Amino acid sequence: MPPHTPPTTPTSPNSAAPSPSNVHYELDFERPLTALEQQIAELENHDPTDGIDFTAEVRKLRQNHTRMLKKIYAGLNGANTVKVARHPGRPQGADYLRAFVKDFCELHGDRTFGDDRAILTGFGRIGPHKCMVIANNKGKDVRERLAANFGMPHPEGYRKALKKMKLAEKYGLPVVTLIDTPGAFPGIGAEERGQSEAIAVNLLEMSRLRVPIVAAVIGEGGSGGALGIGVADRFAMMQYAWYSVISPEACAGIVWKEANPTNNVAAAEALQLTAESNLKYGTIDHIIDEPLGGAHRNPSAASDSLEKWIIQTLRDLKRFKIDNLLKKRDERLRRQGSYIEVPV
Amino acid sequence: MTILNTVTQHDLRRHITNEPHGRSTLNTMAEPPPSSTPSSPPPSASSPTSAAAEKPAKPVTGKRTWQDVVETGKRADMPADLWMRCPSCSGMLYRPTLEQNKFVCPECNHHFRITGTQRAHMLCDPGSFEPMWDNLLPNDPLNFVDLVPYKDRLAQESKKTGRPEAIVAGKGFIKGRGVVVACMDSSFRMGSMGSVVGEVITRAIELATDQDLPLIIVCASGGARMQESTMSLMQMAKTSSALAKFDDAGGLFISVLTDPTTGGVTASFAMLGDVIIAEPKALICFAGPRVIANTVRQELPEGFQRSEHLVEKGFIDRVASRQDLRSEISRVIDYAGK
Repeated sequence: MPPHTPPTTPTSPNSAAPSPSNVHYELDFERPLTALEQQIAELENHDPTDGIDFTAEVRKLRQNHTRMLKKIYAGLNGANTVKVARHPGRPQGADYLRAFVKDFCELHGDRTFGDDRAILTGFGRIGPHKCMVIANNKGKDVRERLAANFGMPHPEGYRKALKKMKLAEKYGLPVVTLIDTPGAFPGIGAEERGQSEAIAVNLLEMSRLRVPIVAAVIGEGGSGGALGIGVADRFAMMQYAWYSVISPEACAGIVWKEANPTNNVAAAEALQLTAESNLKYGTIDHIIDEPLGGAHRNPSAASDSLEKWIIQTLRDLKRFKIDNLLKKRDERLRRQGSYIEVPV
Repeated sequence: MTILNTVTQHDLRRHITNEPHGRSTLNTMAEPPPSSTPSSPPPSASSPTSAAAEKPAKPVTGKRTWQDVVETGKRADMPADLWMRCPSCSGMLYRPTLEQNKFVCPECNHHFRITGTQRAHMLCDPGSFEPMWDNLLPNDPLNFVDLVPYKDRLAQESKKTGRPEAIVAGKGFIKGRGVVVACMDSSFRMGSMGSVVGEVITRAIELATDQDLPLIIVCASGGARMQESTMSLMQMAKTSSALAKFDDAGGLFISVLTDPTTGGVTASFAMLGDVIIAEPKALICFAGPRVIANTVRQELPEGFQRSEHLVEKGFIDRVASRQDLRSEISRVIDYAGK
């Protein structure tokens, strides 16, 4: 992360074209910044012809703003990380596909039931690497979100992903998956078409897929729904993404008996769902730095950071013989978990 | 003639006393005795002494009523939990008969939930089950604290069930055929899968791979264990990866699904069986009925997510009652030539 990136407000011209949903979206813990941002905007928009120069003031305010932003984001707790990960302005799978996957050739459908828009799959080129890209998508406006089912895949999504991975295996293309889902969809149709079977088969098949697999959680990593496309040789998380066995709200509803704001915060804390905690417990391999104040403030910097990691990792993985890679993938999974073994 | 029964019925213990006139009164016990919590499955045997201790204290009224009049001696000798009520057909069941019938209601074929230990011994030839990996104990890597610290919850469950974790696994014989058996224990934290359960199942798979034995996993679980967060989640990948190698080695994996098999367990090894057999009317799902009802905001169809429904939808191979399980499994083993 560049330490002195000038912070940009969501409405500034530096950020991606703001969609209607993210213009006025404000995270509650960022409220102290809002006044400052308004002040900066006012001074910047001041008519320069009246002879008063505010450049020095603006610079000072900006420094202040950066300092506050750093302070807020340095001590970001679990619940606030979840909020950043769900920010509507945060770049999504489709944004990253546009940003750094060159010549993306989308392949639709699972050849059995349908085409799930919550998981996009297709050939693409990332840097010098030809690969199969599998990306969760949530959608930006209401129409897109409904089509993508708010990023919650159905079984056909997982089966589509597997079909395309098999295709990649056939032609020796590495697989890159970008994970951003609150979870697999819990609905009648999903159950009747075998949500659990689809995820289970993906876990098994991905663990023995004879091409390198790189996965990154770009926003939300919700439980089995995330893992269903997340068995990989290298698994990373973006700095302000979350990854856990259950969403904090669902956890609060079960363990605390009621999902209210207080319990949700406690659950998010207890679940230790941040990138930092996951790295500590060895469930992920790497944290991809985001620009100061989260990916939604500077999507292009976030996408550069992600692209760089993917290219670097693919280059590393391509050096391995595939049998060694599979062995390493297996070892990585084999050491997961924490228990006490009493000598007998 | 007086009969005194203590009836266990899931979350309610009822004390039924038949008066000499044939009228009956029903007392609900405010507090169940600590030795048998409501959710725990009925213990396999209860001695008369413990039964006496479990009896509720008689209310001191001063006035004698017909209810107090019992034939001396008979009441104290009557073991508690000797009779129980079937939650499905409400029939009164004599416990020893039920035990002989493998905890299946003889009237309505309701399959009671049983513990992992009971299951393992029931499944294997008498005396042949050899437990393994009981030296693996859970720790609390996250220092998870909700309303009660996870450590305390573990200690409590361990005291209640006498087991270190929600799994009983080892080697045994089914009708003379050597097998590796892993039985999940729904009496321990609803059989949820944490690091230990995942590890034991993985070791069982590896043992079956190394010794080329058929693998039987009896699933009974509420899913991945929340208190170990992403580490429980990774057990899904760990077990599935071990199963991939077992599959590559040509192993036979029979997955037996019992009530309930849900969440992360269904979405990993439970659904990866070469042959999947389910007990009748078992709840088998990814997301529980309540979660779905909340999502779709509509009434779920009758029998949704039960074994029979899953057979209809094509996700499990057979529904077999507990009595037939051993012969079903040995038949599959024979066909597979293992």
